[in-house]
Amino acid sequence: MELENATEEQDDLIINVGPQHPSTHGVLHIKLKVNGETITDVEPHLGYIHRSIEKMCESHTYRQFIYTTSRMDYLSAHINNQACALAVEKGLQVEVPARAKAIRILMAELTRLASHQLWWGCTGLDLGAVTPFFHAFREREMINDIMEKTCGARLTMNYAVPGGVMADLHPDFVKDVKAFLAEFKGKFHEYDELLTGNIIFEERVKGIGYISKEDAISFGCTGPVARASGVSCDIRKLHPYDGYENLQFEEIIRTEGDCYGRYLARMDEMKQSMYIIEQLIDNIPDGDYQAKTKALIKLPKGEFYQRVETARGEFGVYIVSEGATTPYRIKFRSPGFSNLSALKHMVVGGKIADLVAVMAMLDLVIPDIDR
Amino acid sequence: MEEGSFKMDVKDIKMDVKEIKQDPFPGLVEPTDDGAILVTKLDDVINWARSNSLWPLYFGTSCCAIEMMQTGASRHDWSRFGFEVARATPRQADLIIIAGTIVIKMAPVLKRLYDQMPDPKYVIAMGACAISGGPFYYNTYSVVKGADHIIPVDIYIPGCPPRPEALLHGMISLQEKIKHTHNGQQKRA
Amino acid sequence: MNNEELKSAILAIQPAATFDESGEFLNVHISSELLLPLMLELRNNKDFYFDYLFCETCIDWKDHLMMVYHLTSKSLKHTLVVKGKISNRDNAEIESVAGIWKTAEFMEREVYELFGVKFLNHPDLRKLILDDYWTGYPLRKDYSDPVNLIEY
Repeated sequence: MELENATEEQDDLIINVGPQHPSTHGVLHIKLKVNGETITDVEPHLGYIHRSIEKMCESHTYRQFIYTTSRMDYLSAHINNQACALAVEKGLQVEVPARAKAIRILMAELTRLASHQLWWGCTGLDLGAVTPFFHAFREREMINDIMEKTCGARLTMNYAVPGGVMADLHPDFVKDVKAFLAEFKGKFHEYDELLTGNIIFEERVKGIGYISKEDAISFGCTGPVARASGVSCDIRKLHPYDGYENLQFEEIIRTEGDCYGRYLARMDEMKQSMYIIEQLIDNIPDGDYQAKTKALIKLPKGEFYQRVETARGEFGVYIVSEGATTPYRIKFRSPGFSNLSALKHMVVGGKIADLVAVMAMLDLVIPDIDR
Repeated sequence: MEEGSFKMDVKDIKMDVKEIKQDPFPGLVEPTDDGAILVTKLDDVINWARSNSLWPLYFGTSCCAIEMMQTGASRHDWSRFGFEVARATPRQADLIIIAGTIVIKMAPVLKRLYDQMPDPKYVIAMGACAISGGPFYYNTYSVVKGADHIIPVDIYIPGCPPRPEALLHGMISLQEKIKHTHNGQQKRA
Repeated sequence: MNNEELKSAILAIQPAATFDESGEFLNVHISSELLLPLMLELRNNKDFYFDYLFCETCIDWKDHLMMVYHLTSKSLKHTLVVKGKISNRDNAEIESVAGIWKTAEFMEREVYELFGVKFLNHPDLRKLILDDYWTGYPLRKDYSDPVNLIEY
């Protein structure tokens, strides 16, 4: 990095984007070196929301540490909880009841839908269209209501616990989800009409932020970002958990490798999520919603790694246990961190306005990156 | 209402909550032949104007920012109360909603944002993290235990994260607070 | 390749490697000096072809530090965990793998500031998350901060 050494003779200008900037979706700080309008160097600075969660988890019990993870990737809060619960269950070798598995998948897919809706609305905002924001949040509120009825919270659910889920479904759950699906399916064409075929939008994202398949793998990109470059990386397919192997759905793989490909991948993912919910909603098995586990969980000595697919990509929980009631070390492998490391590769050579489009399509959640 | 049933008509529910009224105008208006005579206090007029056109800064660090967005979006729609002109730059804003955790690296940035805002300015601490560090109080090495260690806070809204209704209530409470300010006593930068 | 084949193939390259199969994945233990040649072989040999490093982190075992690399192959579908032991805790050094997997550049910068492991031949080893004036390595077990770290 030559940012410190840049002098006036070089015609290069250094621009600080963030930490307080609406297009960074939080408190990310990006140092840009530009020559005219062209970006010649990019340097992300993290840590403006580094809350030392990994250190904190070392003094939490295996039931407590799950709650901190809903504050990391708060848009995929339930999926984060699910990953931690699965990792602890791996250590306990406890069998989760079929009902709990189905509930977890339903909630995970609803979370994914809500996350992609928010991404879609904010993408519109970033690229200069305000209307999508209001459309997306109209449907997102319905999901929040469903979550609130069953989990008790709108955003940070803390619903998955080791052994199953915290409580049984609300009696209205099936009815509400069906009403939401009917409503959202009826409105989905509005999403396409507002942005997908919009010529201004297409011009700003087509061919922008290209990354090849080999680079995407090397940078550790996951989720829709990698799948738009042709990398098969859906953990739900590759390493199924909680019964995803029994469900019908497609892994969306595209070959464009640019921002538009990422956009289309996420739009198709929303349809797949709805399809998964439809398969499950009438077939939730009866039975317990939680397996019996001890109040104070002790994991055996060893290491447990669990990978799940959040709305942003592969999320990993790595627990190192020494046989105590608290973990010896916890590492969270967050999808945004690796996706962000490819930012420089994507935007150098492009214009400043392209940075906003690339950032929008990376769909970064900064607390997930900083942890 | 039937005996032993939980069904209720809406009119049976007695609201115990103090109704929040938007005052039309603080003063006496006496109509005359060509116009009107206005009798009021300057303080009241200034406070009335200030409280009804608060311009919040887009400032969110973590989860609470999503609930702040929800408050501005379709269902809750904070423009009903005069907050819709959210600004991306602190130079044009007079209200900062601290939505999320403040960490040590962010603290100087928050202070600078606050300093850049024109007077009079107001601060709302939204959520447990901004109030006290919240869930990140113990065993963390990088979290500021409450945003009021850095800048003065007017309104605290508890929750993790608070509901949009709570944020609206907090903002309306701020309006009430502004209406009861004596400008002579106000702090000067 | 299954675990047995991986084991014999790795032993053929690096006889000093030891194995641990108690967990979910096959673990390879190796000392930090011998790490880089093995990693290059794991990435470039067509039989291994571990092209995807999905997790790189460090564990503080109080008397030594241990780098942990989770590797998987997108085409051959096998997974391996490589653990590099760093005995010298006060002057922890290990060869960087950022030249092999690009994602390691950021992950190593994070480990550098949180654990104090110095990565040799890293392209840009600076603090990424913490402030520049930060002293101490917070994720080490002996880290203490009487001001900010309120223990419970």
